[in-house]
Amino acid sequence: MMREIRERSRSTMLLAATAAAAIAIPCCIALAEGAGDAAAPAGAAVAASDSVFRTDRGPLAIAIVIVCGAVIGGIMLARTGRPLKIRRLAALDAVDEAIGRATEMGRSVLFVPGIQDMTDIQTVAGITILGRVAKTAAEYDAKLEVPTCRSIVMAAARDAVQAAHFEAGRPETYNEGNINYLTDEQFGYVAAVTGSMVRDKPAACFYMGAFYAESLLFAENGNSIGAIQIAGTAEPSQLPFFVAACDYTLIGEEFFAASAYLSGERDQLGSIKGQDFGKLLAVAAILIGCLLATVGVFAPEGAIAHAAETIKTTFGG
Amino acid sequence: MLQRTIPIAILCLSGVIMIVAYFVSFAVSWSETVNVWFNILSAVAFVLGAGNLLAVNLEKISSRRPGWAYAAITLVSFFFMLVVGLLKLGAVPDPKNPLIHFAGDYETSASPYGWMYEYVFSPLTSTMFGLLAFYVASAAFRAFRAKNVESILLLGTAFIILIAQTAAGMFLTGWIPQDSVFAVLRFDSLKVGITEHIQTAGMRAITIGIALGVAATSLRLILGIDKSYLSKN
Repeated sequence: MMREIRERSRSTMLLAATAAAAIAIPCCIALAEGAGDAAAPAGAAVAASDSVFRTDRGPLAIAIVIVCGAVIGGIMLARTGRPLKIRRLAALDAVDEAIGRATEMGRSVLFVPGIQDMTDIQTVAGITILGRVAKTAAEYDAKLEVPTCRSIVMAAARDAVQAAHFEAGRPETYNEGNINYLTDEQFGYVAAVTGSMVRDKPAACFYMGAFYAESLLFAENGNSIGAIQIAGTAEPSQLPFFVAACDYTLIGEEFFAASAYLSGERDQLGSIKGQDFGKLLAVAAILIGCLLATVGVFAPEGAIAHAAETIKTTFGG
Repeated sequence: MLQRTIPIAILCLSGVIMIVAYFVSFAVSWSETVNVWFNILSAVAFVLGAGNLLAVNLEKISSRRPGWAYAAITLVSFFFMLVVGLLKLGAVPDPKNPLIHFAGDYETSASPYGWMYEYVFSPLTSTMFGLLAFYVASAAFRAFRAKNVESILLLGTAFIILIAQTAAGMFLTGWIPQDSVFAVLRFDSLKVGITEHIQTAGMRAITIGIALGVAATSLRLILGIDKSYLSKN
């Protein structure tokens, strides 16, 4: 009990400290911008301020504060114990069904965590989902194979799968030999994975991470062997391929929300709520921008047109 | 406990540094240091990966598992490229330092390493990439079956874009004057309308969602709320 309280207070302190840092950094930038404006006649002062703070990135800093504030607010709100309603994701509900099918058929489950390193947030999100898939596979006693394209991803995947086996209460069934490093080369990796797909015929294939040209090669091979396929990526150019060839696809933000959704933890679910609030703000900004731009057409030199242009250049790049 | 606390602390610190470095110029060198740390870790992990590659393939060969011959080819290729690359065997001597063997250029196709890359590895990867054309055709065949309203819309849109991309588009609707009210019915105008308005709007919605998802996921990791990537023992 005491340990739980200690852990909770530590995480709250960390949350507060990072929130303070997240708010303090852009505030410093805003102050620097203000100082620069105040000392506008003194060109040297402006130059000095510019040399420390990237004032041209000020609007982005403000956007980050708003989004981070919304996410942290969502987490805080979740901690108050208020009920959280999160939309169900069909792709994640199908995870159990896919692994159950593989178990019944006596075939393996394949999980591909993308082709990028741990520096890519999509890979991190994929590894988080791997934890949940591995837990279900451990409970069902299904064989889970994870071929990786990067050595560090292999190490992280092994940790996640091992943790999942512990959580499932079956640490003895963990076999690190099923999580292998193949090659860093994109098409070498594709050749190795699709080759093993054709030979071993896994009953369920998961593709969760950053994918490029290889997405359709994986998905079509999986389709040809009759596997249930669930994909998730935030690469917009690869989404159509996964949607066309897979049974379920986590599109963009769903992929990132999936890890939080699967954890079932209130803090993580709260962050999804914060994310939704950010989305609401984006929708509001788009609507206001459209309205101002439309009204501005009738008075191109007026204040409204100027405001629309300012919004466009500040947030639209 | 330290096994989990220290990695989370490192992640939190690295994450905050990377954010600060984007806005504050004096922190750029800190973010470069974080990147150097990552590269060092990658180099160490590469040894781990190579060891794993050897172990898996040697096990396949020794137990004569199906496809063991591929494992043998993998190991032979791996060692060949490793030895030729590390020792710079057959490297073209550097004109400035002709007597220093390791100053030679081993990436040119005149050296064994470069030749293998240029004439063996590149054609193999191009072959894999070329397969994509057939997979696109088979995936499109399934996706464009008119089963319901959505698939009919998809099929119709794809038809317009495909026709507009070819000479047939101009042949069929090119006679419509560009300054007439019916100019929007030209295939090239329809294509522009679909790609620049409908597709761009949809893509931007997805991109905004992704950006928010990346921010929320990063924050969960930096704050130590999401620890699922860590081992529990």
